[in-house]
Amino acid sequence: MSDNGPVQTRSPVLTVRRVDAYYAITVVAPQIAERFRSGQFLSVAVGGEQSSMLLRRPFAIHDVKPDYGGTVEFLFAVRGPGTAWLAERRQRDLLDVVGPLGRPFPLPRDPVNCMLAGGGSGAAPLFPLAHALRRRGCRVDFVLGAASADRVFSAISARRIAETTTFTTDDGSFGVRGRVTDALERAMDDARSDVVYACGPMPMLRTVAAVAARQGVPVQVAVEETMACGTGICMSCVIPVVGEDGITRMVRACVDGPVFRGERVRFDDVGTIPFDALGAPGWKARGEDSADSAGGVADREAG
Amino acid sequence: MTTDMRTRLAGLELPNPVMAAAGCAGTGRELAQFFDIARIGAVVTKSVMLEPRAGRPAPRVAEAPSGMLSAIGLQGPGIEVFLQRDLPWLLSRGGRAVASVAGAGAGEYAELARRLSAAEGVEMIEVNLSCPNPAGGGLDFADDPAEAARVVHAVRSHTRSDIPVFAKLAADVPDLVALARACVDARADGLSLINSVRAMAVDPRTLRPAVAGGVGGLSGPAIRPIAVASVYRVHAALPEVPLIGMGGVRTGVDALELLAAGASAVGVGTVTFSDPSACVRILRELEELLEERGADRVADVVGAAHRPVGAPIGAVLGR
Repeated sequence: MSDNGPVQTRSPVLTVRRVDAYYAITVVAPQIAERFRSGQFLSVAVGGEQSSMLLRRPFAIHDVKPDYGGTVEFLFAVRGPGTAWLAERRQRDLLDVVGPLGRPFPLPRDPVNCMLAGGGSGAAPLFPLAHALRRRGCRVDFVLGAASADRVFSAISARRIAETTTFTTDDGSFGVRGRVTDALERAMDDARSDVVYACGPMPMLRTVAAVAARQGVPVQVAVEETMACGTGICMSCVIPVVGEDGITRMVRACVDGPVFRGERVRFDDVGTIPFDALGAPGWKARGEDSADSAGGVADREAG
Repeated sequence: MTTDMRTRLAGLELPNPVMAAAGCAGTGRELAQFFDIARIGAVVTKSVMLEPRAGRPAPRVAEAPSGMLSAIGLQGPGIEVFLQRDLPWLLSRGGRAVASVAGAGAGEYAELARRLSAAEGVEMIEVNLSCPNPAGGGLDFADDPAEAARVVHAVRSHTRSDIPVFAKLAADVPDLVALARACVDARADGLSLINSVRAMAVDPRTLRPAVAGGVGGLSGPAIRPIAVASVYRVHAALPEVPLIGMGGVRTGVDALELLAAGASAVGVGTVTFSDPSACVRILRELEELLEERGADRVADVVGAAHRPVGAPIGAVLGR
């Protein structure tokens, strides 16, 4: 229907790989590959046509290649029957895929120093981002963390792309013992980072946003929130985000995000409806307000 | 031979009986990325309310067996934005708009009806009497026939006479037929059956309700047999009242089933979340099924399940 919006495809599986604690599936999907920009995700139907599992599973796009007209790769951990079914796919099986979905990471106009912080499988979308930044002449540094060594993935390719790479694990089985956020500040100082990009669980993003704010550095976060449709119609994946007009709105992580400016996300209020959010119980319009559902939350400027 | 896909709902003629159900299509903008919104019978908008509404806290959805639990809480921008932005957009794409309305009392419903009537392009008003999950308690008008009748009457009295008013009912009420009758007596022109069914799941890890609201609405194929029974029972009791059937429609076969149970049109809801172009696929499948069965028009199969054994398709009233 449109040239840059998402498409729904029946895409053949090219490869299914085990990557430590994760699986990586590559599908042939030229239309998704050609539209893709880093930070966007796709959603996959699971269980087959007659499945009782109704909801698509959303996954960040980890890699796009030109082979076979265009392939996309996504990573996942087996968490339930849906991802277990995906892990059992074999070459040439067809997957019902919708993508690319969501707003991509905005890229800086000038070659600046970019710190990329990823937690667990949240690191996935940072790899295509790193390549895009390098093509613009940016310096890229990574801080990647996870619970344990088998959950830090693509360590080798991270080292290949980045100027410096810091790894952290909760149990100390790989890299530095601790969390991404413990190592971030020092890594930013060493790299003289001008901008931070982060993806991972909400608590991690909250701390990353706080560190970036302390350093006076802009930060872009890609959030994870439970979603049913991924296309913006079901209103299930909302989080409280402050618009340019200073008004907090419950905006959709899937289409108004998943990428937001870190300082605009009210991390402390995720999972609640803040009393001053537009349309909260008792909320009253203040002055000149257009109650647009995403009033200026999507600032396209990275740094 | 081809089947004439037009269908009538209380004086409103639609080019075909497939409608996008309330709350499952926004106002069509997102779905328009996947298909031409003008191709389907109508788009029933997400429920419009007077003021902007933030809805419920996350998590708002959870998967259920062959369905989904949701407690969205009627998040929306309010009627001002609907009239200024969303409705004009839908009309500009050639879409037919059915406005779903929800309010805190009969007065709010009446005000919504009045303002929607004054706007150009609203073809029908669907009164959401039964959304189980707005923030701050449910809309439980639908549990009480007298209360439902009061709301329907208020809407009908404030809606332009050429715009049909349909009441959307939930199936999990003490007496669905009595409720349907009360709405019709209050001058509802037709009924939409069914809304989601109150249901719940507990997250085994947190041992807390899977959706933040606790009880949510179950939708999807899990509730389809309930929808079929509801349409069947209401059509048997009130055969003259036009019905829109909805609840778990995933294929053309499902749509045909609801038509046969007594619906003149069919709403496509939850499947749209997993298959964004479901509305047009279901329309295509339904058209093929009707042609295979030799139906000249949609009306030939409406209520077919009520006919005596052995009655041929086409042996309907008035033919």
